[in-house]
Amino acid sequence: MRKLTYSQAISEATVQCMEADPSIVLAGQSVDDHKGVYGTTGDAFARFGSARVMDIPNGENAFAGIAVGAASMGLRPLVVHTRDDFMFLAMDGIFNLAAKWRYMYGNRGSAPVVMRGIIGRGWGQGATHSQSLQSLFGHFPGLYVATPASPADAKGLLISALRADTPVILLENRGLYGLEGEVPEEPVAVPFGKGRIARAGDDITIVAASLMVHEAERAAEVLAGHGVSAEVVDVRSIRPLDDAMICESVAKTGHLVVADTSWARYGFSAEVAAVVAENVPQALRAPVRRVTPPDCPAPVSWPLENAFNPGAETITRACLETLRAAQDSVPEIEDVMAGFIGPY
Amino acid sequence: MEPRQLLRNMVRIRCAEEVIADVYRDEQQMRTPVHFSIGQEATAVGVCAALRREDVVYSGHRCHAHYLAKGGDLRAMVAEFYGRESGCASGRGGSVHLTDQEAGFAASSAILGEMISVATGAAWAFAREGAPRVAATFFGDGASEEGVFHESLNFAALHRLPVIFVCENNQYALGSPVDARQPPGTSITGRARGYGIRAEQVDGNDVQAVYEAAHKAALHCREGNGPYFLELDTYRWREHVGPHWDHELGVRPRDEVESWIERCPIRRTTQALRATDPGIEDAVAAWDREFRAEVREAIALAKASPFPRVEDLLSGTYEN
Ligand SMILES: Cc1ncc(C[n+]2csc(CCOP(=O)(O)OP(=O)(O)O)c2C)c(N)n1
Ligand SMILES: [Mg+2]
Repeated sequence: MRKLTYSQAISEATVQCMEADPSIVLAGQSVDDHKGVYGTTGDAFARFGSARVMDIPNGENAFAGIAVGAASMGLRPLVVHTRDDFMFLAMDGIFNLAAKWRYMYGNRGSAPVVMRGIIGRGWGQGATHSQSLQSLFGHFPGLYVATPASPADAKGLLISALRADTPVILLENRGLYGLEGEVPEEPVAVPFGKGRIARAGDDITIVAASLMVHEAERAAEVLAGHGVSAEVVDVRSIRPLDDAMICESVAKTGHLVVADTSWARYGFSAEVAAVVAENVPQALRAPVRRVTPPDCPAPVSWPLENAFNPGAETITRACLETLRAAQDSVPEIEDVMAGFIGPY
Repeated sequence: MEPRQLLRNMVRIRCAEEVIADVYRDEQQMRTPVHFSIGQEATAVGVCAALRREDVVYSGHRCHAHYLAKGGDLRAMVAEFYGRESGCASGRGGSVHLTDQEAGFAASSAILGEMISVATGAAWAFAREGAPRVAATFFGDGASEEGVFHESLNFAALHRLPVIFVCENNQYALGSPVDARQPPGTSITGRARGYGIRAEQVDGNDVQAVYEAAHKAALHCREGNGPYFLELDTYRWREHVGPHWDHELGVRPRDEVESWIERCPIRRTTQALRATDPGIEDAVAAWDREFRAEVREAIALAKASPFPRVEDLLSGTYEN
């Protein structure tokens, strides 16, 4: 199959869906500029022009509501936020309206807004430009929340989002845009709530989302050298979550490590642990371990930033600890973002 | 403040930012996004010159000039860019979270418009304690589109708070020109007036004009007449974020950028002073050498300073 980068995959899905559905409008700050939001919106702008690919004023708060209103009247807004942190300003529209629209009005209609939010980890993006909000979005009933890790899923989940009758939040980690992978040329939807076994294994399950799937795969590679066979579960969507796949894997391996870029407390990793504890408690042969950022805001100073961001090395150690295996020979593993120097 | 001093302050900021931009680009060791104000120095210098030390200034992402103009410590700013413990935010905040409380540069932040509300809150505190202090907040034309702008102006006007809203209208938000984002035939100043706020639109590349307007604004606030709004027209020379120029990328027309370089606030003031102060060009050249050396020294010092200790990663999350 031909290969695309993660950003090309998003771009292709956008163009194909916009071609198929004239009600889709792509809107966001500077979606029409030369960078085209990391190469994800430029093709659509070139193809459909400013009538359907719109630069919008800096007003996330109102625009969330505007998108809800438009969606409820048949338009299909695809809103892009170049940092998911900016979506804090949009949360009234997302949580108090979009997520509840169907329910609150007695199932008489919906507001299927689609919002993409970019997580800007790395290069000292700091406390307000690198937050991972999957746990936050995942908390609210009425939303679908997807965290594609591969180019194929970036395309397939966006397609599902643009066809859904439910509002969808898609979170993309900036570190993924250059990643290459096989992507079907046809617009093939990837359903929400279906995970993916990114790597099969027998000894321990690593559940991860988005960028951490790659860190987990790299950890699994290192673990193989230690004679440990790790299974990596890429959840693909946070809500709905593929409980069955997670539980089946843990039932098989008896060990669970959850890796995530959002905080542990009340987080995605807490949810995965709870799902396992509720459904297959007897399967666990060791306590669950969570690999997440420490309990502080994201620092800028790079030694602190390095310590803050969880990666393959931490996952490897957590797995070995869980299995009570020797760890003296774990190599230092560079962060996947190590070579990154901007765009700032 | 004397025009000569205003000029000197602008030269210092220009030198600081140009040297930092070069080193940033060449060495890639300041690992944090930087937003330069090169070309916009007159707004920062003119406004801050009209303020007292006990007055407080807030800013957004494009904050180096405001920090320096208010008297923020240059070495601590540079060290912050390098992520050092000696940085003004101890390496935790980066270039968009500057602070120097002694100098009255309260804080800057990177989420558009936030500090418009925070400055309003500071002014509210001053008004309640009856202190003759003023809060000033810098923000861009883009930030004026955020809801928080309107909510803050409403509150400040309602309670007649001593806050100066300083909109640096550099005509762009990222690559997006202001007329793609705001309706024709309207102005940011006009919107401020809609809240009953005294508002003025001033040539933001004319440091003397900015200074005089800000002086009037500060007096207005200090005398309990409520908020004041300044819209200062100016232009950013470099790319939105980072050390490069962006006209090569076709973001903005080259002749537009060049026409604004023609209107360089430093050159303009120098030319204006020439008639009465024939030695001014030599003085500028000498300041230029002095300040470039000062910045290089700050850079060397920052590089030689320790990073924060990884053991201290959590400290500062809660009170100790
Ligand atoms: C709430 C929010 N939305 C979007 C952004 C991304 N962003 C950063 S700077 C900027 C443009 C700001 O333009 P303006 O306020 O005019 O300031 P300038 O950069 O021109 O100085 C945008 C959209 C942000 N930081 N915060
Ligand atoms: Mg601007």
